[in-house]
Amino acid sequence: MHATRSKKPPRVGDAPAIRRTLIAITLLLGALLILAPLLVIAVQAFSEGWKVFAAAIAHPDTLSAILLTVVTALIAVPINTAFGVAAAWSITKFDFPLRRLLLVVTEIPFSISPIVAGVAYLFVYGLQGLFGPLLDAYGIKILFALPGIVLASMFVTAPFVARELIPLMQAQGRDLEEAATSLGASGWRTFLSVTLPNIRWAMLYGIILCNARVMGEFGAVSVVSGNIRGQTNTLPLHIELLYHDYQTTGAFAAAFILTLLAVVTIIAKVALERRGAGRRRRAPIVTPAPEVAK
Amino acid sequence: MKIRLENVVKTFDTFRAVHGVSLDIGSGELVALLGPSGSGKTTILRMVAGLEYSDGGHIYFGDQDATDIPVRDRGVGFVFQHYALFPHMTIGENIAFGMKVSKLKRSTEEIEARVKDLLRLVKLDGLQDRFPAQISGGQRQRVALARALAVDPKVLLLDEPFGALDANVRRDLRRWLREIHAELGITTLFVTHDQEEALDLADRVVILNGGQIVQEGTPEQVCRQPNSAFVMRFLGDTNSLKTTVANGKAQLPAGEIDAPGCPDGPAEVFVRPGDLDWASDGAGIPADVHQVLDRPGNRRILAATVQGDTLEFDVAPETVVKAGDRGMVRIIRAKVFAAG
Repeated sequence: MHATRSKKPPRVGDAPAIRRTLIAITLLLGALLILAPLLVIAVQAFSEGWKVFAAAIAHPDTLSAILLTVVTALIAVPINTAFGVAAAWSITKFDFPLRRLLLVVTEIPFSISPIVAGVAYLFVYGLQGLFGPLLDAYGIKILFALPGIVLASMFVTAPFVARELIPLMQAQGRDLEEAATSLGASGWRTFLSVTLPNIRWAMLYGIILCNARVMGEFGAVSVVSGNIRGQTNTLPLHIELLYHDYQTTGAFAAAFILTLLAVVTIIAKVALERRGAGRRRRAPIVTPAPEVAK
Repeated sequence: MKIRLENVVKTFDTFRAVHGVSLDIGSGELVALLGPSGSGKTTILRMVAGLEYSDGGHIYFGDQDATDIPVRDRGVGFVFQHYALFPHMTIGENIAFGMKVSKLKRSTEEIEARVKDLLRLVKLDGLQDRFPAQISGGQRQRVALARALAVDPKVLLLDEPFGALDANVRRDLRRWLREIHAELGITTLFVTHDQEEALDLADRVVILNGGQIVQEGTPEQVCRQPNSAFVMRFLGDTNSLKTTVANGKAQLPAGEIDAPGCPDGPAEVFVRPGDLDWASDGAGIPADVHQVLDRPGNRRILAATVQGDTLEFDVAPETVVKAGDRGMVRIIRAKVFAAG
């Protein structure tokens, strides 16, 4: 009796065979699809030794690509964060006629292929495009320059912060802001001392995802940047260029740097999640204080 | 601070939440807005607070027209149904928030001293360093009240103050709120859907239905002289018997009942469970017992008359009665309202 019972799984769907098979499949595919390519990058980058790697990185074109990528992120991420907070705030805290439409609009970049976005920018700001001649007349260069790269990156990453914040702010409702206002706080004060502290983890998570995508964006940027070596080449574009030039080590070295940036981002995300989760977990563990008033 | 509502109207999209409500609240009064959900009571409270603007009518605080004063400057203390305590701030910081953001500058020592005083008032001394998640529901409710009182509001507004608490805590807090109100004498308006709460706590009860005031008065007035079938039903358990009124008398199988002011025609007789008497024989309406529910103080009998009306009433605990028994129900007291 006891022997047969102990062979049964403790819960429904928890049979050892199923569990082991699923875990094995996950590990195998994870290693094959995700870890192996990353390892190859590292191995290839250092295949000709540390010196060649350092030389490849120190090449002015590569350095310029790294700089351009970082500058793009430094401009695009803060602007998109502001946009995301504003969009999430409007959608969750106000009632207005086009609320649902705005919600859909913020999601468009998720579903549109980045290359389509790039081509669209080409038609809007290009010399044959809508505003191209006007901008050209005033000597403003958007395409094949930093502004175009930043705009294309921003288009692609616009939803990240908003999508993180909207569900959270929807769940939180308007009570806290109303309470703060009824206590005499101004709108700005309410945002800083009440809204922001309650959304900061979600916001940081959104910022990190946004940043990772800005740094890695290829399709949209490749259309609008013009791939001018040492000038308008971001790191992903530069990698492709090196690869097509058969500079394998250089390509992998640059790829290694880009991967490093991404991995640092992911580690930051995990660290933040742990802190955030830790805060949430800690609070309820403390037993409620006994009722004092009677 | 007196509050006066003059023909206040509020419409959401196409739904009219409040239809021309006029109400006078005396200085220092404790008034309950009582009504079923959707009766507009919370909307009225939020308009008094300034959290919603009215579409028509005026709201006066004393002699001042407060209709267009934003909530920030209106000087009201608002206690939210789910407390809306700031989760990232300690209890002390929550209470101090209003004083910190106030245009009236206070020193840190002043604020600290006031927080201590308020914690003592709401009987939560020593809890200022806890976070809202670390205290019980009843304690959170009291923190919310202390936070609202910290800014010296002219008017205190409470939205379903005890709605989320269990029955015992609710009863304690009710008594405690009465004491605080007596001590501070601040004009207080609260919303509830619980008749018992409104009758226990308020000096005056305003009963709402469908965005309009149905009846207002002291608990005694609304209990003894309900002005409509709605108020009669809403204030407590009631039995209703179909009848017709002729010459100011309602006709029932067991005899006539006075129906002053009720027009001739179809009507309903309303009887509270406590206003029915039960005997195994004698005069009255014959009824069959369907079920007996035992309660701490009495036994409740569910019965049906021969005419098919169901009746609920209470008998003394030692009464011997069981399902299937037949007996006679006598009406001691009743109200008659025209049917419709």
